[in-house]
Amino acid sequence: MTEHTVKAFDEDITRLRGLIAEMGGLAEVSIQEALEALLKGDRELAGAVVARDKKIDALESEVDKLAVRIIALRAPMADDLREVIAAMKIAGVVERIGDYSKNIAKRVDAIEERKFEPLTLLPAMADIASEMVHDVLTAYAARDPVLAREVIATDNKVDAFYNSIFRNVVSFMVENPATISSAAQLLFIARNIERIGDHATNVAEMVHFAATGTYPPEEDR
Amino acid sequence: MVTLVHPNLETPNAKMQARGVSVYYGEKLAIDDVSIDIPTEYVTAFIGPSGCGKSTFLRTLNRMNDTIPSARVEGEILLDGDDIYRSKMDVVQLRARVGMVFQKPNPFPKSIFENIAYGPRIHGLAANKSELDEIVERSLQRAGLWNEVKDRLADSGTALSGGQQQRLCIARAIAVDPEVILMDEPCSALDPIATAKIEELIDELSGRYAIVIVTHSMQQAARVSQRTAFFHLGKMVEYGRTSDIFTNPLEERTKDYITGRYG
Repeated sequence: MTEHTVKAFDEDITRLRGLIAEMGGLAEVSIQEALEALLKGDRELAGAVVARDKKIDALESEVDKLAVRIIALRAPMADDLREVIAAMKIAGVVERIGDYSKNIAKRVDAIEERKFEPLTLLPAMADIASEMVHDVLTAYAARDPVLAREVIATDNKVDAFYNSIFRNVVSFMVENPATISSAAQLLFIARNIERIGDHATNVAEMVHFAATGTYPPEEDR
Repeated sequence: MVTLVHPNLETPNAKMQARGVSVYYGEKLAIDDVSIDIPTEYVTAFIGPSGCGKSTFLRTLNRMNDTIPSARVEGEILLDGDDIYRSKMDVVQLRARVGMVFQKPNPFPKSIFENIAYGPRIHGLAANKSELDEIVERSLQRAGLWNEVKDRLADSGTALSGGQQQRLCIARAIAVDPEVILMDEPCSALDPIATAKIEELIDELSGRYAIVIVTHSMQQAARVSQRTAFFHLGKMVEYGRTSDIFTNPLEERTKDYITGRYG
């Protein structure tokens, strides 16, 4: 994209994009580490995920401040305006994604048994969700509406995973009433991962809007 | 087609229509094949970098370019379907119907009253003194200036502040009951408060008169107009709803200009 006549405007936009990339990177790591902590029962790693969420929150408010400043001082127009508005909204959504990982990390302690069969179903689902977050941030960085639409399409897989895990865990509960408490935790965790997929989809819609000025076609959503 | 016209534009009844208009200054092509409808329902803004031809094109709409000997206009400009460049056209009458407000306020060095009364008097719009008084008051009312000047109508127009002078010029244009008002950078010599008053006035006048405004301030175009045309190097590059032009322009050159990447 050609540069602005006023160089400082480019610097502001670059900084805004950098903040979003940083937030997204942290959120992506948190998903993976929350799952790893869960599988290994690693409290220290779970603690690191919880601590990282503060950093993500701080970045969100930095994005908000910078976006407001750009709007006030630079009066962005057209794709610049869409980009700044999208950045504010994306930061809010990525912050929520961070919250879900934190929530998963906080449940590590509540699961008593590591050799718990339904646990083995979660990593594959989390991998897809975390890949969606990764891809949607790549789409944002590249202003790539095609990749954004691919991310939206991927959400079906996460939803299908969630439904199958739900059925699985429920039948496991029926057969093993003694583990119901841990199994219920797993349902919440699966639900959190499912929500991460939904939020990545929302980000993808905003990336599409920022890049093209229109939301993705209805059949995608 | 040289102009990208947004497909979502409905076509209201046009007060003025330009059809394939080109303007030459001697050999130099200043405006290249511009076609546009100017409706009464909307304020139309022309934007573009200096020298893009937007003022030149504006001035063709009431034949102000006639005063420049080397200027030549090709194509057709219609006012209510009549070609304004036909030889029988009364240019003085035309400029009463298509009024103009300039960048620098240019009141006559006469009283406030006379500034407004001059036009109606030479066009024979008032049968007697009381009718003339009425026109003066109504014009100043519409221009939002009446309350500020009603007790000092005999004072010189040039003694007013810049913003008041500009509203006086707008009142003067209104006084001859025009159908179209052309504004060439009407606020560029004014402070932000006076600018806001003019913009509010434009909003109030729109719908009653077809208004066309040329402005360097894109924020102003965004604030006052409902239709925007972007000019570049003598061509009308893109024309659409103001909200679309400023949030999602379709042409790369338009986008670069309004986002501050060019011009």
